[in-house]
Amino acid sequence: MSDTTTLTSPAAPAGQAPGRSYRNYGSSLFRRIFVTREMAVIALLAIVIIVASVSVKNFASPITFSYLLLDTTPILLIALPMTLVIITGEIDLSVASMMGLSSVTVGTLTQAGWPIEVAFVVALVVGVIGGALNGFLITVVGLPSLAVTIGTLALYRGLAVGLLGTTAVTDFPKFWTDIAKAKFAATGIPVVIVPFIILAVVFAVLLHFTSFGRGIFAIGLSSEAAAFSGVHVERTKFILFMLTGVVSAFAGIYYTLRFGSARGDNATGLELSVIAAVLLGGVSIFGGRGALHGVIAGVLLIGVLGSALRLANVSSDVINIITGALLVLSVVSTSFLAWARKRRQRRGGTKKTAVSATAG
Amino acid sequence: MAITPDSSVPAALELRGVSKAFGAVVALTSANLRVDLNSIHALVGENGAGKSTLVKIVAGLYHRDAGDFLLRGESVDFSSTAESKAAGIAVIYQEPTLFPDLSVTENIFMGRQPTNRFGRIDRKAMKVEALRLFERLAVRIDPDRPAEGLSIADQQIIEIAKAISLDARVLIMDEPTAALSGVEVDRLFAVARSLRDEGRALVFISHRFDEVFSLCDTITVMRDGQYISTDPISEVTVDEIVRRMVGRDVTELFPKQEAAIGDVVLSVEGLTQPGVFTDISFTVRSGEIVGLAGLVGAGRSEVVRAVFGVDPYAAGRVIMSGTAVPKNSPSQAMRLGLALVPEDRRKQGLVLESSVARNATMAIRRSLSKLGLIDSHVENKAAAIWSSRLEVKTNALDAEVGTLSGGNQQKVVLAKWLATNPRLLIIDEPTRGIDVGTKAEVHRLLSQLAGEGMAILMISSELPEVLGVADRVLVMREGRLTAEISRTEATAESVMFAATHSQEHAA
Repeated sequence: MSDTTTLTSPAAPAGQAPGRSYRNYGSSLFRRIFVTREMAVIALLAIVIIVASVSVKNFASPITFSYLLLDTTPILLIALPMTLVIITGEIDLSVASMMGLSSVTVGTLTQAGWPIEVAFVVALVVGVIGGALNGFLITVVGLPSLAVTIGTLALYRGLAVGLLGTTAVTDFPKFWTDIAKAKFAATGIPVVIVPFIILAVVFAVLLHFTSFGRGIFAIGLSSEAAAFSGVHVERTKFILFMLTGVVSAFAGIYYTLRFGSARGDNATGLELSVIAAVLLGGVSIFGGRGALHGVIAGVLLIGVLGSALRLANVSSDVINIITGALLVLSVVSTSFLAWARKRRQRRGGTKKTAVSATAG
Repeated sequence: MAITPDSSVPAALELRGVSKAFGAVVALTSANLRVDLNSIHALVGENGAGKSTLVKIVAGLYHRDAGDFLLRGESVDFSSTAESKAAGIAVIYQEPTLFPDLSVTENIFMGRQPTNRFGRIDRKAMKVEALRLFERLAVRIDPDRPAEGLSIADQQIIEIAKAISLDARVLIMDEPTAALSGVEVDRLFAVARSLRDEGRALVFISHRFDEVFSLCDTITVMRDGQYISTDPISEVTVDEIVRRMVGRDVTELFPKQEAAIGDVVLSVEGLTQPGVFTDISFTVRSGEIVGLAGLVGAGRSEVVRAVFGVDPYAAGRVIMSGTAVPKNSPSQAMRLGLALVPEDRRKQGLVLESSVARNATMAIRRSLSKLGLIDSHVENKAAAIWSSRLEVKTNALDAEVGTLSGGNQQKVVLAKWLATNPRLLIIDEPTRGIDVGTKAEVHRLLSQLAGEGMAILMISSELPEVLGVADRVLVMREGRLTAEISRTEATAESVMFAATHSQEHAA
């Protein structure tokens, strides 16, 4: 996406000469970068930030942004592996329950006198095992991921609540709870953004610049053709479910430390926020299409909008209505664009846009 | 059967100077077609010549950019398939789309069920009408059975019955025989002839010249989106038509170079998968093209898929130059030098919604990565090499491969696998549904690759192709190898006998 147009030959039309040469791209660099679904989300995010900074009192302050980031970090984190899972055409609904289970694991182990660092490691291992169970049921047993992860959503939440009951563990070392809330001096940027950036870079490279990532897109568009090309379809999906498991567990640890509280019902319902943000960011629910920068913008868009509206004293019901409407609009707009493109092809199809619009 | 454009009698269907472009891709520049009543009109041309686009314009699926479209002398302008149907046009596609859970009768009357005086669907009248239609077409299909599980031939007959019940005057059949057996083709032709004699106009699109010449009375040739010629079929020869389609002489359809046959590359020993194939053993040597013949359903594709590791097998061994190829692992097979160009290029060979470059580099994406990283720049470079060697016609390397014509899609699949530099190329139906010119190119390519020492295993249902290209022919029947015939002894009769001989007894 970021590389430049290198012409193997000056824009040669489909000529007849043998040993022909090819244009790398059917549309200009500008179109390929700016006329995309991801750019639309990023532009919308910028507009919302600018408008809110001008019109909403107290919005344009470091405190607003640091709370915004602290609040959306779990969604940002889980959206990374979730994007990859959805691009393969699968889904993982058990992520928020895994956060709860990870939180309870940390809580019960520290309560039992274990060092908290060991508890972290155990929680991450629980995440890997939970993800592997999803992966096993989906790729080895061959069940649909929607059904499997609805089941494990209930299972992991049930385990979490069962382990700790309705009580909460709140006694954690101050060192760790401080780190979860720490900011870089006066900038207001929370420290927790560092692991997010590292993970975002890792996932972006994995998805967009490795042969593993090429396989992910191929699986989403046609798993049969991918298998015929030597892509390990089942293995790839298994790895991705383990990744959502471990990243969810990590998000659960962060959540526990940030609020200084391990409870069985921590982060209930968060899976829907994650999936909503991923879809808003331009990932196709049918698989095969999407990019990570769009997803990150999608998460931030929902976060910024919510935070600005709250500051403007809009009630949370109305905020839900607005974000819901935004999501519906974004899904409808994708279908509408596809329909408009088809229609343009049917009618006077001589406009250049008809072909290049498919480039995204 | 007057063919010379007689302007006093309006044609059943006439298109003049029709053009159509999709963005920068021009599909039709000036297409003409004039079909008379009481006639079966062949429409031929290479893949990408614009036949399908023309059919879709007639069917109301696309709208023409320019030109005239007349129906019985009157200009028409369809904006949907419903309008085209209402005007008496019916299109029978290669693979009809029926509702599998509904009965045959319900499928015929879908959307226009007759009702009795209480406004309820009159099932009795529907069934009577369906039986009457089948009687008229002289076919036997149970009107009450569900459409699920019907053969493609029967599904086409149902589409035709539907068209007749709508009183379609113009029937267009787009490659209807591609998936039919000999008997089924005969039945379809009998139906087509009776429809012609009833005074309807038929358009028949096919790549098979023997069928075109036995069925049709008029033939129109298209090339590169343009009208080339229309003639009474009795006044032209196959060679002439092929030359017009290709725009050059195709002197030899199956050029075969001599190649030095070397060591055994692939050896398959006792491969068995219960219910699919049994005790399959054979070898392929370097420089050798081995043809795998047999009827559709004999288990040929299943064997090669098992060899490549896409399908499972219960017993037996696959050995590449002395090294055992592990089961169920296409990526391991690829590492050992195997490549498989699969039967169904749209589902198995290509990711249609992905770009030409991504598809062409799909099988070499690991070796293209440096330090585990890959980017489009490297992919485009690698894709351009093989695309230009095979002369793939595409607008740009990031064009969706699904927008290419069938022959060009097949070239992309070939590019994808030749890029892996395989020692054994397995190719399943290399020329199915592709045009004459590309067919000859593929045959020349296979022969050239064998000349360079590649071992080639080719499945083909086209006997002339098997006999023309292969050094040795293996024949399968009902999951077993029944014959191995050398090039000198292979004849159409000997191969067909080995492929069918149990049916001979049964019949």
